[in-house]
Amino acid sequence: MSAVGHDEIHAHGGHDHHDAHDHHHQQTFIEKYIFSLDHKMIAKQYLLTGTLMGIIGIVMSLLFRMQIAWPEESFTIFKILLGDKFAPDGVMRNDIYLALVTIHGTIMVFFVLTAGLSGTFSNLLIPLQIGARDMASGFMNMLSYWMFFISAVIMVCSLFVEAGPASAGWTIYPPLSALPQAIGGSGLGMTLWLVSMAIFIASSLMGSLNYVVTVINLRTKGMSMTRLPLTIWALFVTAIIGIVSFPVLLSAALLLIMDRSFGTSFFLSDIYIAGEVLHYQGGSPVLFEHLFWFLGHPEVYIVILPAMGLVSEIMTSNARKPIFGYRAMIASILAIAFLSTIVWGHHMFISGMNPFLGSVFTFTTLLIAIPSAVKAFNWITTLWRGNLQMNPAMLFSIGFVSTFITGGLTGIILGDSTLDINVHDTYFVVAHFHLVMGISALYGMFAGIYHWFPKLYGRMMNKTLGYIHFWVTAVCAYGVFFPMHFIGMAGLPRRYYTNTNFPLFDDLADVNVIITLFALIGAAFQLVFLWNFFYSMFKGKKAIQNPWRANTLEWTTPVEHIHGNWPGAIPEVYRWPYDYSKPGHDEDFVPQTVPMKEGEEELHHS
Amino acid sequence: MTSLLVIVVLVLLGIAIWQLTKIFHLTQVGAATYNENPEVASDKDNKVNGYLMFGFLGFIYVFTIYSISKWGNLLLGTPASAHGPQYDSLMSISMWIIGIVQVITQFLLHYFAFIYRGEIGKKAFYYADNDKLEFIWTIIPVIVLAGLILYGLYAWTNIMFIDEESKEDALYVEVYGKQFNWEVRYAGKDGKLGKANIRYIEGVNTLGVDMGDANAQDDIQASELHLPKGRQVIFKFRSQDVLHSAYMPHFRAQMNVVPGMVTQFAFVPTVTTDEMRQDPAIMSKVAHINELRSKQSAKATAEGGAAVEPYTFDYLLLCNKICGASHYNMQMKVVVEDEATFNKWLNSKQTLAAAVKESKKDAAAPATDETSPEKAKDTTNTTKPDSTATMTVAQVTKK
Repeated sequence: MSAVGHDEIHAHGGHDHHDAHDHHHQQTFIEKYIFSLDHKMIAKQYLLTGTLMGIIGIVMSLLFRMQIAWPEESFTIFKILLGDKFAPDGVMRNDIYLALVTIHGTIMVFFVLTAGLSGTFSNLLIPLQIGARDMASGFMNMLSYWMFFISAVIMVCSLFVEAGPASAGWTIYPPLSALPQAIGGSGLGMTLWLVSMAIFIASSLMGSLNYVVTVINLRTKGMSMTRLPLTIWALFVTAIIGIVSFPVLLSAALLLIMDRSFGTSFFLSDIYIAGEVLHYQGGSPVLFEHLFWFLGHPEVYIVILPAMGLVSEIMTSNARKPIFGYRAMIASILAIAFLSTIVWGHHMFISGMNPFLGSVFTFTTLLIAIPSAVKAFNWITTLWRGNLQMNPAMLFSIGFVSTFITGGLTGIILGDSTLDINVHDTYFVVAHFHLVMGISALYGMFAGIYHWFPKLYGRMMNKTLGYIHFWVTAVCAYGVFFPMHFIGMAGLPRRYYTNTNFPLFDDLADVNVIITLFALIGAAFQLVFLWNFFYSMFKGKKAIQNPWRANTLEWTTPVEHIHGNWPGAIPEVYRWPYDYSKPGHDEDFVPQTVPMKEGEEELHHS
Repeated sequence: MTSLLVIVVLVLLGIAIWQLTKIFHLTQVGAATYNENPEVASDKDNKVNGYLMFGFLGFIYVFTIYSISKWGNLLLGTPASAHGPQYDSLMSISMWIIGIVQVITQFLLHYFAFIYRGEIGKKAFYYADNDKLEFIWTIIPVIVLAGLILYGLYAWTNIMFIDEESKEDALYVEVYGKQFNWEVRYAGKDGKLGKANIRYIEGVNTLGVDMGDANAQDDIQASELHLPKGRQVIFKFRSQDVLHSAYMPHFRAQMNVVPGMVTQFAFVPTVTTDEMRQDPAIMSKVAHINELRSKQSAKATAEGGAAVEPYTFDYLLLCNKICGASHYNMQMKVVVEDEATFNKWLNSKQTLAAAVKESKKDAAAPATDETSPEKAKDTTNTTKPDSTATMTVAQVTKK
């Protein structure tokens, strides 16, 4: 089936592209850089938008970290960035603290690590690595980006609302998120949040459908599913999870909009606030929690799976060694994807739901540790007896495995309903998820950017700056999140504006200062990355076609981007992507386009 | 002091970067590259970063040991509830297991990164899969996790499935959350909490107790949570407005407080407040905190401010679910005392019926008429005010 599809596309695409190429001068600036249908340009648009959102998200985290470390102190930077209204005399207001926490979470999870990571690399790599001229629907792809852009703009606009942006936490649990009387941010700010997210979900769905269709239909000749690079497997399965779970968040958002604006009572009941009884009756906030986490939990895998895929690919090509256990890696991606949809209740052990459900979700949650462990062991074994090329992308990949293990292990504590009782919603949780999905996914993204920069911009990033970026980030990431486990186990709740009202927590103040210092330093060194990124984009050393001597198809395309990716026919694939250092070959890599030698055997299960 | 620390750290960092840049630049001098492309790791890059990987392993270990020795004493200490020791033992078993796994896997990861760093002329070992290995590292987590799951579920069942019928002498306490404080209501002599709904909120009846319910008459309202040592306490949680979470860390207890529904949790307090104040770990924690506070006081008074009061240990109930601007200050003192002291305290309190009667006597008559519960009931005729009966009881009650 795929071969037929391929021929058709090939004939078609080839023709189109000749046309496009011949009349290259006719492409206007707007067609080429703004409303582009080309997947490579769309990938760059996602990357830049994601990076800008990332800067906003990280700066916000610095502001609230400063507030926690030096509570209610006046900072000039607060005056400048938050203004006199949100930070009178440079002292952050308590509800603005919550607003910053909320928008930081929203931006980092959705706009940076979903759209910025998966959007960038799905768009860039899916057509290039499966041997397709473009996405199945270029138009839908463009639409997907621009809807994402609009949602990002709305989210940023919500920061300027007078009563403040959404402040109910990124999980926007009602009634807090539904009632402007409960917190100022639940007025217009929350409305904009919901509108932005609704558009974001539509964008994400269009993107995901496109990715799935492209992977299924447009693989080149010889590219069977078991010859797909693990990046594609991960991005493909991520898209499927997105299609399954994002619509549920949309329904939760719609019902919440109705509760807020049209007086329905899906999530609200028996509320007495600001001296009056509200009319809501019969709804349940727990229902919202179920709907939210039905997306929310798969969402963390939507964030981490692409990073896993990128890391697998980068690690194997830099280790000059096949990925260990290719089939087990695919199986564990599928197992994680399946299990991710039935573990959401572990966010709700103490929500008031039936404790029997808690038992079930403990069971499924701890099950998911098994495929995760398999992946970690396989990465470690991939390094064993390799010839490791310590490029910045490789360092970030190794760093990814390290933080994924550290953060993943504490998941065993939190996934256990009993143990969750006392660490739920404390800094222990903050430490856990930042390491396992925040930092790890960011490492995956950095690794991807360093590795595919030559493909994106035709130039190389400076490696020295890359090394500095990695080592400082690696130290600071642990410096920030490792101590958080301790203050969490000391009982310190998250989302507290200041801890000074509890003398019990006085001895944690020093730790909070250390955490904030690491955060400030770590963030400052991201400037090294940004400089490297933007400088190299224009002034970096010119890249050659296959700088990392990798096997996958994207490195068979010319450095200069052309519409349709390959100037001639689409290459045919003869082998899996991981024939690195295969005995019987002179070079330590054998691209997928190299036919099997006479008598050459496949040395791996396929 | 803090600013000095900041400056020192910044200076050290500056030196570190300068040195790092220098090292990396030196590696470029006459370096043979693995391949001749620009900006690809050279042999020396591999070497430097390989060693740094090994150094990073050291950093992880040293930082872990430092954290445990420096901050290990920050933890909560002796549990004050009957199920607490079981919770703590499950926690320490899990921590030991993940600690061991952490030490081993981080070692393998970074050691391999160091020892197999790239060199020109070296060829990697083509090793694509091994079913036996895959099986081993699937089955080991399966066995370990099965153990943890079984123990965890055993503890979970003990803690969460409340056997109300066999606990006849249990104390029923309602904990009521609202922006931004807590209130409590005791069941009184009959051992039964009266029905309640926010639509009955009026004057002193701030919890919206249905005063028409016979069980409600002897209920006792308080703003401090007192608990008797050694008796099963069954908490019923209600919220007036938004989600809250009743977190009592010393008792290893937490339950969300949900508007429109009654949630529950139960435990047996085992250590009185006075006994806990004599606990060695708590004493050293309190001493440490007071040392910090006296420094703070000295600084504050030097600047002309007020000194902070010294800290004495008390159990706390804190809000642990984001609930609004003052979420960070929604707390209530919890006092555990022996049965006799507890009863004395409770008996000194007025019953709700008496309190309502008294306030009605004090207040002008017409004011009460307008907000009478009957009226509230009429205006929201879809509502059945005895919410306790219609509301979902969150937890399974064992029959």
